[in-house]
Amino acid sequence: MRAAPPRTRRRELLAAAGAASALAMLPAAAKAAGTAKPRVVVVGAGYGGATAARYLRMWSGGTIDVALVESGGQFISCPMSNLVIGGSRDMAFLTSGYDGLVRRHGVRLVTDTATRVDTDRRTVRLAGGGMLPYDRLILSPGVEFIPDGVPGFDAPDGEALILHAWKAGPQTLALRRQLESMRDGGVFAIAIPLAPYRCPPGPYERACQAAWYLQRAKPRSKVLVLDANPDVTSKAALFRRAWSDVYPGLVEYRPNCTLTRVDAASRTAEFDVEDPVSADVLNVIPPQRAGSIARAAGVVTANDRWCEVDFLTFESIRVRGVHVLGDAIQIAPGMPKSGHMANQHAKVCASAVIALLSGTSPNPEPVLNNTCYSMITDRESVHVASVHRYDPEKRTLLPVPGAGGLSPAMSEEEGRYAFGWAANIRADTLGQVGENA
Amino acid sequence: MPVRLVPILSAALAATAAAAAGQATDADAGRDLAAGCRSCHHAPSAGGIPDLAGMSPQALVAAVQAFRSGARPGTVMPQLARGYTDRQVESIAAWLAAQKAAK
Repeated sequence: MRAAPPRTRRRELLAAAGAASALAMLPAAAKAAGTAKPRVVVVGAGYGGATAARYLRMWSGGTIDVALVESGGQFISCPMSNLVIGGSRDMAFLTSGYDGLVRRHGVRLVTDTATRVDTDRRTVRLAGGGMLPYDRLILSPGVEFIPDGVPGFDAPDGEALILHAWKAGPQTLALRRQLESMRDGGVFAIAIPLAPYRCPPGPYERACQAAWYLQRAKPRSKVLVLDANPDVTSKAALFRRAWSDVYPGLVEYRPNCTLTRVDAASRTAEFDVEDPVSADVLNVIPPQRAGSIARAAGVVTANDRWCEVDFLTFESIRVRGVHVLGDAIQIAPGMPKSGHMANQHAKVCASAVIALLSGTSPNPEPVLNNTCYSMITDRESVHVASVHRYDPEKRTLLPVPGAGGLSPAMSEEEGRYAFGWAANIRADTLGQVGENA
Repeated sequence: MPVRLVPILSAALAATAAAAAGQATDADAGRDLAAGCRSCHHAPSAGGIPDLAGMSPQALVAAVQAFRSGARPGTVMPQLARGYTDRQVESIAAWLAAQKAAK
């Protein structure tokens, strides 16, 4: 049994309900009375936002009105997108529609861009001119690149010549094309920013996938990993073994490479200490921060980059009624910025939002898990896994001691699980059973 | 491995009684915990990762205990199983058993 809601919490909730045009009443009572349903607006339909929209509808029995704002027309998965760069999978493998959320769950999909948030009036302004009122707002905007984070990268045509491919979409395919056009004997260089960034093992998986392609198609070539960090930030021993055993002589790793400037025309990367590197294909993953709508809503509170949240609800510590999920948050200790984690944040948040709108207390003991696969070849994979539970004294999520761990070695068995994970979590996120099986 | 049916049934009954009284329930806790499993254990059960909806609670509890003890080998599950208490696993099992398997 849960504790009664703290009195301040209840007063705040009632005050907010009075201020908003729709009463934040019990969903069941609203349904019975035929009155306006509580309204939740979710911004961003990736692994975080889409999952939140689905679970809010499912767990409230359809008694909460959920509008999901997404500027892209379809879901394109970042997890597994390095396989497209390696050439063993295509963009269709990464891409799904939002039909399951709309048809099976009654989510209102709003294809538009959220540009402003009025947190007093509780409204979201859209680029197309529309306005959405909310009782609770959930932001799952992912990351944006810090302006001028890499001088030269933002130059005119810079992004056309030097790709990030760190948001799955046109750049993913464009980077594949650059690799295909590269001469045998060429250098493919990846520049990695200081942690924290989206998907800690992603750059190293990308090095493996590029090497997988080059080993077969252009074996005299080289993959150069230029890491701003002092060591591989995730699954370090497993990646090092892959580079020495699976791709010997193909992958070179250089730590402590702090990128200071790029020259797009010559595809040259300059560093604070190390000598400049000119590459045939230069892939720069720029430093990141919470997506721009988080800034517009005033919920960026950590280091001018990330959004601190209450881990029982994922509500902003600064702005009442605004919740933040996924890569945009200031992470808890040992918690990666991953699609799996965003999907898990969303479920805790959905449960808490339903409780708050119903005048009850959020679940006081959330438990989250993370499972992250990295593909070493087209078929073989490694994983890292962890379990995170709420610590009421420290008021954060902490890894459960003794739980979690890494693969002992890469295997085809884990490769099968990796593809299974990708299909199943996408179906969970999008409410589309059977697709991409 | 002995099957611990009594706690599962008592958790389910307590949840029913609390739900009838209009309170937040242990079933909600089971629902929230089980949602964590569903990121992977979801239809279409690709890669041989089973959708756990409708699974017998005794079988699920026994499987998690076997992963945790090492009696059943695995990759991810032995590591994740050690992150949940017996009571949490029982509450997950009770919730999942009551769900319909996707067709």
